[in-house]
Amino acid sequence: MKTLIVVPAFNEQDSIASVISDLKKHGYKEILVVDDGSTDLTKLISQKEKVKVVNHIVNRGLGAALGTGFEYARKNNFQAVVTFDSDGQHKAESLKALLDPIAKNLADVVIGSRLLKNLSEMPKDRLVISYLGNILTYILYGFISTDSQSGLRAFNKKAINCITIKTDRMEVSSEFLKEIKRNKLRYKEVPIKPIYTEYSRASGQSNINSFNVALKMFLRLFR
Amino acid sequence: MLIIQILLIVFLIFALSRVVLRFRSGQIKATEFFFWSVLFISAIAVVTFPQETTNLANILGIGRGVDLVVYASIVTLFYLVFRIYVMIEDLRHEITLLVRKIALRQTQSKLSLK
Repeated sequence: MKTLIVVPAFNEQDSIASVISDLKKHGYKEILVVDDGSTDLTKLISQKEKVKVVNHIVNRGLGAALGTGFEYARKNNFQAVVTFDSDGQHKAESLKALLDPIAKNLADVVIGSRLLKNLSEMPKDRLVISYLGNILTYILYGFISTDSQSGLRAFNKKAINCITIKTDRMEVSSEFLKEIKRNKLRYKEVPIKPIYTEYSRASGQSNINSFNVALKMFLRLFR
Repeated sequence: MLIIQILLIVFLIFALSRVVLRFRSGQIKATEFFFWSVLFISAIAVVTFPQETTNLANILGIGRGVDLVVYASIVTLFYLVFRIYVMIEDLRHEITLLVRKIALRQTQSKLSLK
């Protein structure tokens, strides 16, 4: 199965090399780093690691970077896409379980949920935000997920072709679920064990930013 | 007629003239021309005949005409702010599409050079 690993990255010079080498070590060769207008060495380091790099000339946000990854996958005829965080939160060893339902044609979209197992390891503030995200996603889009804000996702070709990403920033996580429902895609969750470090916590969705994300999701309904 | 009424009417006529000029030069659409014209003409009518707004306010169950004008203005302003928010979001998304196109084109040309 021709699988593209999309790694959206914005100013991740400290973690990007280890993320790429972890993926390569586990046999994933088709890696696309979407450098989202980084002002540090993210692009150079990625190029040195000999992976494909596409560069946004200005920072457009997570949703925009993932949208570029999807567009690249469509143009280059990939059969599956995995979205993988660049802050070192995800482990490449989780991908086997994530891609398994896609390879066996049991699901169109698989999300790696941090809240199916090992709940005690998740920082409390992140746990609360994740639950609030899940509740909001259910209220706004009627979609039940145990981890609506997870960044580790796998999509098959059908999903790649029919999902349309319109949001540019962090709201994209919930938008994926909205699109799954709209397109009646088969959805599955697998448990993952994320690595929480000070670095990955600082570079992800901040707690204050979560309010902004929620507001944008709400306002989108009235467009 | 009070001085404030004269000043407001002069300003509103100026605003209306801008709407007409923008429409003539093709910068705004017919629907937008209609919306802004109705808004400014209504404002001129309200400033010229303030007593009429009190009659209308009484029909709607509001005490004073000026209260009706304030309520209507706030609602209109909120709506316009929301429209501007939507417009800015659309513009941002268009910038994203442009940035994406440039990013993918650069990659494509690099591949063809190889």
